[in-house]
Amino acid sequence: MFGYVFYWSLVWDAMPQLMAGAWLTLQIAVLSMFIGTVIGLGLALLRQKGRGTPLRLASAWVELARNTPVLFQIYMMYFGLGSLGIQISSYSAVLIALSFNNAGYLAEIFRGGLAAIHRQQLSAARSLGLSPLQGYLHVIFPQLLRIVFFGYVTQAVWALLNTSLGMLVGLQELSGAAQAAQSVTFRSFEFFFITALIYYALAKFMELGARVVFRRWLRV
Amino acid sequence: MQFVLADPGLHWRDALFLLEGAGHTLWVTAVSGLFGTLLGIALGWMRFSSGVLRIITAPYIDVVRSVPLIIQLVLANSFLSLAGVGFDTFWLCVMVLSSSMAVVTSEVVRAGLASVPQTFRRSARSLGMGKLQEFVFISAPLAVRTSFAAWVGLLLGLAKDSALVSVVGYVEYMKSSQILITRTNEALLLLLGVGIFYFVICYPVSRYSARLERRMAL
Repeated sequence: MFGYVFYWSLVWDAMPQLMAGAWLTLQIAVLSMFIGTVIGLGLALLRQKGRGTPLRLASAWVELARNTPVLFQIYMMYFGLGSLGIQISSYSAVLIALSFNNAGYLAEIFRGGLAAIHRQQLSAARSLGLSPLQGYLHVIFPQLLRIVFFGYVTQAVWALLNTSLGMLVGLQELSGAAQAAQSVTFRSFEFFFITALIYYALAKFMELGARVVFRRWLRV
Repeated sequence: MQFVLADPGLHWRDALFLLEGAGHTLWVTAVSGLFGTLLGIALGWMRFSSGVLRIITAPYIDVVRSVPLIIQLVLANSFLSLAGVGFDTFWLCVMVLSSSMAVVTSEVVRAGLASVPQTFRRSARSLGMGKLQEFVFISAPLAVRTSFAAWVGLLLGLAKDSALVSVVGYVEYMKSSQILITRTNEALLLLLGVGIFYFVICYPVSRYSARLERRMAL
């Protein structure tokens, strides 16, 4: 059954490429989570307070992001925009698509959290002399992030795993780098096994990172 | 000499090709949804009822949730081929997709079972029901009430994840569109078709499940 000799040394030789890929993966995951959080908060507020066109646009964003595959969203940014004559790099295509996707999912997570915060919290903040923006920044959002903590961490890991789709539009993130490296040697099992281990480590790192950030800045 | 396709544009017979791809997407989703759910219920029950089993199965669940599906597919594919096991691509995809479905389902099942009040369980046992009877007649129906909507969400996630199986060569809707894009260069039109296809499946079901969740809330 196993007439196969494993060549792990080939993977060690390609380690610099894999590490560069891992760095790109982490970068896209963190950036897309950051952009997604900012937009997601806006979308959640629009869906709670907005009316008319802004509300409809926010709802359309959330439903589109949640009801189509991430791969479709990435292809749309890369091939779809390309056929409209707008050429963007695979890096920006993946980053934009994942930010779009994260914003949609996070908006839904935040909506659940906002519903759990009492309406009078904002009125209380306003009556103490805080501006609406200050009220949200200092009173509503800290509580919100505390409530949605677990959903948020899950989404962060999810964003990390989704960056692997960059491989399919030729981005040299971790999967893409592994794909390129294994195509020279055809040792796909060895390469993707190590890649899986690196992804596992990155996912744990992402989880830990989210925890530390929440502890430090939000005192969850 | 340059090779030129006779007529690279879109034809009506390409619709048949897309339809076949759509059928493949639905079929692979249905089969892995079935296996994944059954396995997930078993796994979730095991993890709920026994501390030892929970610790034993924890690494598996952790790994499946922390490694991208694409990598799992490629890894399973190359592992089977180096082990010399001939495997149909369809069943390979079903295996990987149902393993990931089982893992997420097990968490939902576990949460559903945990939401059944301990007192209900004790009362059932004190009325003379066996452990299995208590599960079938008391815990399971109550757990289904609380976790059904979440399970529907997982199924939709599975349908969307099935767009990735083309990396090991199974031609489902996404891949068949991509093949046509390569030939015809009609990227936007075909991609819009992909978006509408998934949206039309997922949107009504997710709306329905959200309504169901509100109505079923205990």
